[in-house]
Amino acid sequence: MNGTLLAAEATEVGNPAVNIGIFGLFVAVTLVIVFRASKNNRTAADYYAGGRSFTGPQNGTAIAGDYLSAASFLGIAGAIAVNGYDGFMYSIGFLVAWLVALLLVAELLRNTGKFTMADVLSFRLKQRPVRMAAAIATLAVIFFYLLAQMAGAGGLVALLLGISSSAGQSLVVVVVGALMILYVLVGGMKGTTWVQIIKAVLLIAGAAVMTIWVLAKFGFNLSDVIQGAVDRFGEGGEALIEPGKQYGATATSKLNFLSLGLALVLGTAGLPHVLMRFYTVPTAKEARRSVVWAIWLIGIFYLFTLVLGYGAGALVGTDTILAAPGGVNSAAPLLAFALGGEILLGIIAAVAFATILAVVAGLTITAAATFAHDIYASVIKHGEVNPDGEVRVARITVVVIGVLAIIGGIFAQGQNIAFLVALAFAVAASANLPTILYSLFWKKFNTTGALWSMYGGLISCIVLIAFSPVVSGKVDPVTGASLSMIKNTSVDFAIFPLENPGIVSIPLAFLLGFIGTHLGKKDESPEKFAEMEVRSLTGAGSEKATVAH
Amino acid sequence: MSELTHPPGADRAETDYERVQRSAEFQALRRRFRTFVFPMTGLFLAWYLVYVLLAAYATDFMSTRLAGNITVGLVFGLGQFVSTFVITMLYARWANTHQDPIADELRQRIEGRDL
Repeated sequence: MNGTLLAAEATEVGNPAVNIGIFGLFVAVTLVIVFRASKNNRTAADYYAGGRSFTGPQNGTAIAGDYLSAASFLGIAGAIAVNGYDGFMYSIGFLVAWLVALLLVAELLRNTGKFTMADVLSFRLKQRPVRMAAAIATLAVIFFYLLAQMAGAGGLVALLLGISSSAGQSLVVVVVGALMILYVLVGGMKGTTWVQIIKAVLLIAGAAVMTIWVLAKFGFNLSDVIQGAVDRFGEGGEALIEPGKQYGATATSKLNFLSLGLALVLGTAGLPHVLMRFYTVPTAKEARRSVVWAIWLIGIFYLFTLVLGYGAGALVGTDTILAAPGGVNSAAPLLAFALGGEILLGIIAAVAFATILAVVAGLTITAAATFAHDIYASVIKHGEVNPDGEVRVARITVVVIGVLAIIGGIFAQGQNIAFLVALAFAVAASANLPTILYSLFWKKFNTTGALWSMYGGLISCIVLIAFSPVVSGKVDPVTGASLSMIKNTSVDFAIFPLENPGIVSIPLAFLLGFIGTHLGKKDESPEKFAEMEVRSLTGAGSEKATVAH
Repeated sequence: MSELTHPPGADRAETDYERVQRSAEFQALRRRFRTFVFPMTGLFLAWYLVYVLLAAYATDFMSTRLAGNITVGLVFGLGQFVSTFVITMLYARWANTHQDPIADELRQRIEGRDL
């Protein structure tokens, strides 16, 4: 592979027509499936939970589709290519996190809840305040996650379709948003799930092909792939195989890494769009099978990204990746081009778009369910609303969120995607997980504890982020350019030194839940606790599938 | 519902769920679940934390070459994958064989009475 030739082409790789053509094919196929799946969308359980009729393996694949967002596919491969070992550590946190979901959350949640996370949290506590807090935390996580995906779409377009103008990128964000609204509006959870299954299969198959291709070029020896990346990097390349290239500089950056690691491992089991997927299967046993399938698929995929990341370092080169439009995120697409030319690039590009589309659809249906089921039906209407009315509100919410996502996506262009995703994980780990665990396992836990923990976790996360270097005051020591959200380098109110708040906000939320429970009024109800505990472990009285397949 | 009893110290009738919760089978199911799940969670979180701390603070040790470019850090990282897969399969097999039959029986007993 000729390095200088590739570098010259890197600003506009591949053939935009091929990329758009393959993506168009994906959209056409999935639209047909979504329309077919929509025929049985009658009840709320159909619309929110796909009739609870998916099998464990199907749902596990859809979970992998939901979880392997553009940030984990493009982001992790790129992080390994550029930062070596430190990039690999991301994927470990993302994977190990699934054990929390498997052992402590998935089955118990499936057995006690109906459609949303708030169903479980408010089961034995005061309905309206707890539902409201859970809904706000859910919407906050989804907001940050959604912005990250939409901002990612704009950056991807610059690289893959050769559209670098801001207007052109905005147009693509509008198209992605409109397609997503159509999927979710028509297909509901069933259609969304099928889109995620198809996307997960394409993504994992594409990554598998590229992994084997890279390994074949190096005689199936991982050590040689890494050596290739080290050699290609030139002086200082050894740092790629040692921890600390990205996070090892100072005591603060090491603490920052610990904080991120904590947020990643505890955040997954509190992500509302992941939790909602457990309601799409008929039983807790199938929820368990879902997670087992998801862990295998996600784990194997992250092993692929290890090879892809070092492979991109070896075959494309770190400097070429960083110089390309899209920067770090362009490692995987550039590697595809280096291996299989414009056809493989087109396939990988289409898969990357499909990834964004599917993840955005999953987030949107979760937000819609949260608004319609928790805020509208339970808090505003006191539960006095028929299911048809609730689903109608959910559909309206889909359109509103879709439009907000489009507007947000246009404004979020150029924002740091990894920061938005890390923030979503930190909020999920601080605002959601402590209350989920307390309400499942701690008999004394009460409404005051839940509200303190959820609002405390949410507010501390957002405040710490606002006063952190990601918002202001981070300056590139070499170029003097701002690396923060606020580009004016004279503005600096970063009094909290860490970029990820997890190490403070997560223990704080656990502590607040504990203190609030002890100080607050007792509202424990032995009969509701008995019902919740027996239901959670036996599945008695849990929601049944609406249609037999 | 004629056989309702009163829970100790309460002046209202005991619900079906409370009676099941008090039963020896359910207590055993719950104890087995917790004695499996809690230590396992502690184990994998501790192992993850050790790994993250080593990667952050023991970089020289983690950079030790074992063979070619395969370092201690890479082996430990892949070890996290292996331990995750192993715990997943252990739990799934354990829950399928030891917990599900008892949970199903209790469930049928409760639902048979409710419906």
